[in-house]
Formats: sequence, C-alpha cells, structure tokens
Amino acid sequence: MGLLRFFLTNHVEVLELTGEHLWLVGVSMLLAVVVGVPLGILLTRRPSLNKPILGSANIMQTVPSLALFGLLLPVPWIGARADRLTILALTLYALLPIIRNTHAGITGVDRAVVEAGRGMGMTDRQLLFQVELPLALGVIIAGVRVATVISVGVATIAAAIGAGGLGEYIFRGLAMVNNNLILAGAVPAALLALAADVVLGQVERRLRASQ
Amino acid sequence: MRESPENAAIIEFDNVRYAVDSQRDLLRGLNLQVRRGETLVLLGRSGSGKTTTLKLINCLLVPSSGEVRVEGRSTLAWDPIQLRRRIGYVIQEVGLFPHFTVERNVGLVPGIEGWPRERIRERVRELLLLVGLDPQLGSRYPRELSGGQRQRVGVARALAADPPILLMDEPFGALDPITRSEIQHEFLALEQRLKKTVVFVTHDLREGLLLASAGGRIGLFEAGRLVGVYTAEEFLRAGDPLVAEYLAAFRGGDNLIAG
Repeated sequence: MGLLRFFLTNHVEVLELTGEHLWLVGVSMLLAVVVGVPLGILLTRRPSLNKPILGSANIMQTVPSLALFGLLLPVPWIGARADRLTILALTLYALLPIIRNTHAGITGVDRAVVEAGRGMGMTDRQLLFQVELPLALGVIIAGVRVATVISVGVATIAAAIGAGGLGEYIFRGLAMVNNNLILAGAVPAALLALAADVVLGQVERRLRASQ
Repeated sequence: MRESPENAAIIEFDNVRYAVDSQRDLLRGLNLQVRRGETLVLLGRSGSGKTTTLKLINCLLVPSSGEVRVEGRSTLAWDPIQLRRRIGYVIQEVGLFPHFTVERNVGLVPGIEGWPRERIRERVRELLLLVGLDPQLGSRYPRELSGGQRQRVGVARALAADPPILLMDEPFGALDPITRSEIQHEFLALEQRLKKTVVFVTHDLREGLLLASAGGRIGLFEAGRLVGVYTAEEFLRAGDPLVAEYLAAFRGGDNLIAG
C-alpha cells in the first residue's frame, strides 16, 4: 500500500512528529493531573466551590479547540510559542474530566468506611491518603484515560498554529490534496489514542478488581 | 486529667442540646452519667436521639448547648483526634477498609499511633482469637468474610489500642437472627472479661436487656429526650407508659425473660 511505503521512506519524520505529539500530550496530561486532582480533592472538602471550579472547567470544554487556540494567541509568554500555547490549551481541556472524576471517585467511597475511619481517630490527611484516594483511584484513572484520548485528538489541531505533531501531516495533506499524507497523520494519531485507551483501561481494570 | 475514683462518671452529659438547624432539636435537655466500667444501653426508636447521643461522645458531633465531658474534660477541650483514638467505635455497616487485609484493618489505630510492627502483629493475633476468629483470617480481605466474621473483625478493630471506652451503634443489626444471638452472647462474655465502659445503641429490646443483664443499665430515649435510666429488672417492672408500650411491642410471640 502507498501508505506503508510512505512510512518506510519517511520513517524519521514520522517518528519525529509522533514524538512531538507524545510530548505535547504527555506534558499537558501531567500538568492537568497535578492541577486537576488537588482541585478535585478540594471540591470534596469545600462543596461551595463546586460551581466556580466545575463551571470554569466546563466552559473550557465547550469552547471549540481551534477557537481556544485562537483566543490564547494574544496572551503574553504563552501565545509567543506554539508548543506552550498548545500545552496550555490541552491542559485546560483535560481538566474537566480529571476534576470531575476525582470528585466523583472520592465522594463515591463507601460512607461507612469514611465514618469508621474518622470515628477511630484518623486525621483528614490520613483518611485522604490511606482510604479515600486509594479507593477512588480507579475512577480517577478513568478520568485520566478519557482526558488523554481527547488530548491526542485535540493535539492534531495544534499543527494549525505550527506546534508540530501528527497534525502536520493532516494539514499538509489537506492543503496538497494528498490522501496518503492525510492518513500518515491520522492513522498514527488514531493508534496513539487507541493505545492510550487500552493501556489506561487495563490499569483501571486492575485497580477496580482489587476492590 | 484529674484522678477519678473507681465508680466515677467517665462520660457526662450536662444539659446537652443538639440541633441540626434552628427548627429541629434532635436532642434536648440531656443529663446523663456513664460510670467507669459499666455497660449502658441506649434504647429507643429510630430518630429518638440515641445515635446522636453516641456521636456526641467521640466528638463526631458537637453540642449546640450544654457540655459533654469525657474523663472530666469537655469534648471541646479535647483534641478530637486524640479523643477518638481513646474510644473504640463500632458501627452497623462495620466500615472495614476493603483494600486492607483483616490484619491491617484490625491494626489500624495501633498503626497510626506508631506501634512497632511486631507488637501490632501480636496484638492483632490476640484480638482475632478474643473475638472468636481464626488468626489465619488475618491475611484475607473483608470481601472474603461472612457478615458475622466481618462484624467480629469490627469489634476486634475497635479494641485494638485497648481503649477505656467502647461506642457501639447497632453493631449487630445487619446480622441474621442466629448469628446475631451468638455474637450477642459472646459479646456479653467479652464485656464482663474486659470491664470496659461500653455505650451500646440499639432499638432491639431483647438485645438491650441481654447486654444490660450483668449489672448494666438501659437509657430509654424518645423524641430526643432521655425518658429514664433503668437496670434490666427495673425496666421490666417500670410503670412508665412508654416502657409499657415498648414491652408490649415486643410481646408478640416472644419470650422476653428467657432472652
């Protein structure tokens, strides 16, 4: 097939673009977890913050990705480099599933278990780290999984602003009306998304089974 | 903490009121003293205030007015964490940690108190035997146990750090009648051996009479008020209409005295 030959002749560039893609998704997912999980935990401690936090994350999700990229362009420092902008946008997109799942995971822990723990004299921190987080982990990973798959998809659009990644091939292919080129970007991107879904799905299943 | 004579009150309620909001008083005008080493059964219907009373002791709830004192100190003056670690707490759903083994569950409080590992292991073994379980169950997970076994682990867990006070909130309510009767009698024997102060919430009159039968007392609650405190015999002979109502409700086909 023409596509296979393309991969063989351009394997260096394909790997380079895949690497860029993984980098964009990887860094933004890390940031989203570092920010999103604590926010989700905070929400369980201060339910009054529900509206502002979930509301903002929800707004991020509703803005179409290309529009979000456009909106962030004029922002100082961030808008100056395409990859910084992309990472910020991807992080914002990943926040909602992660915050929401962290919150749902923790509030979904059996109330009797939390009550027993509190009644026996566990501090809030001990309860959080020894009971609530371990038991909520499966649901939290599910949120990370969904966010990662979305990120891989949105990252293809990043090529539109020059951030690199597999979207490069897709946009180039669209401009040159070259099907092979489009597929050369779309197929690996789809495979990446699938791989993330499967791997994280396994992690999730393993965690849920141990409960 | 001041020195208390043998039979002094280890828990005191001083005109305690607990309200959820300005409309509803869950508990009103509660004056009660629990003597060191006694078993006090809090008996009453659902919503009568007995669980609220229990939770005021280990500071899961705080009085709206009045004072609750444990070992002579107001619960507000205690560090709630320290207070709760000195009080064993057993609830109906048990609340064992599903991701911990039985051993780790029982050893929870000693663990967070920093006991050396060997001492914890020994203590867990001792406790599992005490509540009538095979110590080999220590390596199992709660989901692998029967309801009765789980509840016994719950009791073992509450006793782990050897607390002077034990609070129990309808702990045997979810068990089938045969297991329940078995575990009640075992617990009665255990009570007498350990000589701890036990406050036991139940709506089951027979259970209350049994557990108070060895020198304990029964506090009857109704609509947020403590109606009276009686020994088991006094309760059966009491003229109070509420007591009579309670006894009548249980008379249907049951032989109470033999219980």
